[in-house]
Amino acid sequence: MTVVETRPPGERVIFRRPELLVDKSSHYCPGCGHGIIHRLIAELLEELELAPRTIAIAPVGCSVFAYEYLAVDWVEAPHGRAPAVATGIRRVRPDAFVLTYQGDGDLAAIGTAEIVHAAARGELISGIFVNNGIYGMTGGQMAPTTLLGQKTTSSPTGRDAQLAGFPIQITEMLALLPGVAYAARGSVADPAHIGKTKAMIKRAFTAQLNGEGFALVEILSNCPVGWNMTAPESMAHLREVSEVYPLGVLVDRAKEA
Amino acid sequence: MTATVRPSRNGKSPHAAGRDPRARVLMKGNEAIAEAAIQAGCDAYFGYPITPQAELLEWMARRMPELGRVFVQAESELGAINMALGAAATGARVMVSSSSPGISLMAEAMSYMAGSETPMVLVNVMRGGPGLGSIGPSQSDYFQAVKGHGHGDYKVPVLAPASISEAVELVATSFELAERYRTPVIILADGTMGQAMEPVDLSFRTPDREAFDWALTGAAGRPPRVVRSLHLAPEDLERHNQALQAKFAEIAAREVRWAGERLDDADLAIVAYGTAARVARSAVARAREEGLSVGLFRPISLWPFPSDELRDLSARVRGILVVELSAGQMVEDVRLAVEGRAPVAFHGRTGGMVPTPDEVVAALHALAANGGAR
Repeated sequence: MTVVETRPPGERVIFRRPELLVDKSSHYCPGCGHGIIHRLIAELLEELELAPRTIAIAPVGCSVFAYEYLAVDWVEAPHGRAPAVATGIRRVRPDAFVLTYQGDGDLAAIGTAEIVHAAARGELISGIFVNNGIYGMTGGQMAPTTLLGQKTTSSPTGRDAQLAGFPIQITEMLALLPGVAYAARGSVADPAHIGKTKAMIKRAFTAQLNGEGFALVEILSNCPVGWNMTAPESMAHLREVSEVYPLGVLVDRAKEA
Repeated sequence: MTATVRPSRNGKSPHAAGRDPRARVLMKGNEAIAEAAIQAGCDAYFGYPITPQAELLEWMARRMPELGRVFVQAESELGAINMALGAAATGARVMVSSSSPGISLMAEAMSYMAGSETPMVLVNVMRGGPGLGSIGPSQSDYFQAVKGHGHGDYKVPVLAPASISEAVELVATSFELAERYRTPVIILADGTMGQAMEPVDLSFRTPDREAFDWALTGAAGRPPRVVRSLHLAPEDLERHNQALQAKFAEIAAREVRWAGERLDDADLAIVAYGTAARVARSAVARAREEGLSVGLFRPISLWPFPSDELRDLSARVRGILVVELSAGQMVEDVRLAVEGRAPVAFHGRTGGMVPTPDEVVAALHALAANGGAR
């Protein structure tokens, strides 16, 4: 689509909404990282000209409404099942670009079997995994990714390893599987990290386009309401989160080869 | 013409080129259902091993890749049916199969598929329950299939074959219903139907395909589409439910299927489906030799249930005997249809046990003696 813009001479556009990002106010809480991640995906789908053949899978959780904001074809998966739903799409539509979007409760708790086996099969799927360490949609309960000591509505005195075990580094686990072409962990903590995360997502997309295998980008994101913090505090807190969940590329088999 | 008999595990299609399309082939129920799906144009099959339906999965594992179609052995029944959900959302013709405990796991996605109106054919080759139960034949998943598997207000068509040839025909019918009404459809068979071998007419049928205006194909040149069951605003969800209920009413009005045998002069009627109907047929013949005037009413669609037809029948007979491989499930729907117009007796066996014709004849004599016959 051609967009004709008129502006005073000498001025230029340096920031604008990607066309794929629907122009409406979102249901996400103020300061939530999902908006940033939606935008990165929209930018990349446009830059790589993938939107016309994208079929995306929405999870259960805060991002269940992703189909309201990204103007591509979507199917809604039962809680945790997005990688299985994506597998079905992938197998019958080899021409499609298949994108999953999951949160940490969806991917790392109820959907562990589905993510592990989609990865083990090396399905040509690009997965976005938003880790904010909490069940946001249901009001801030402990997730498998919740940090030790972190207070949530279901760990009111702080997560205790004796009672609730340890935070799960599932992306590291998945990176061991030969079917996984690319796995990385980024963050939305600040513009520099957001830029790096965008490069990771792009690599996860090209892994699918090149037929390399399963690709996943975990993105550490914030939940100011669930964390009982202001938005700036929650962004600053992401640095502590990344001490438990180290940032960087975990595997990139094309590069290793 | 001599019937063509070939071992069914040789990896070759009985529909292979050069074979007389009118031929009859000895096939195992599970394999015949699988081949019928293939001939019906099934694009993708997703499954997980479970007895007594494993041969269905194995047949698909051999045949689908031969034809360049999709076969995936999933990590679980949850995985299998969600793969089916994804494939079906793109407009592909998909099938999953399992047996009772696996169907319980599939219940979640059945609700999502009913809610998001996604076509699919699901085969349940029932085994004994509850729990891990047994691997013997059973009809104890009638409630599950007919009254709802997952949560929410919904029904799906349930078709119950009583022979392997009928199963073959009902596979094609199931794909038609699934696509016409945008709904999952269940083929409710049992361990006997899955494991038995019978001569099968190779009268396979391929339903026509239509373009779907809802299928996900990538939003090139059109507005994006969403396949979903979430309608968060109560007004929206009520409207969606009303539309679903209108669809169910249309299915109930148009898609009732049943068969009657020797009912014209019958004093007593047996109501039975699937394997129980096969036993009942033998019992009818034997009871008639013993002087009882008995016929067989055989529901083929368990939902929609042939309630009107049973009501009419109940006005003409002195008593009804329901025979099931269960502790008594369909009998509840028979009683609802009959509404006290005739006595309704029940004979069932559970756990993988199958009623014998002698048992059924004895139950008919008891019914007749209790005022159920002239």
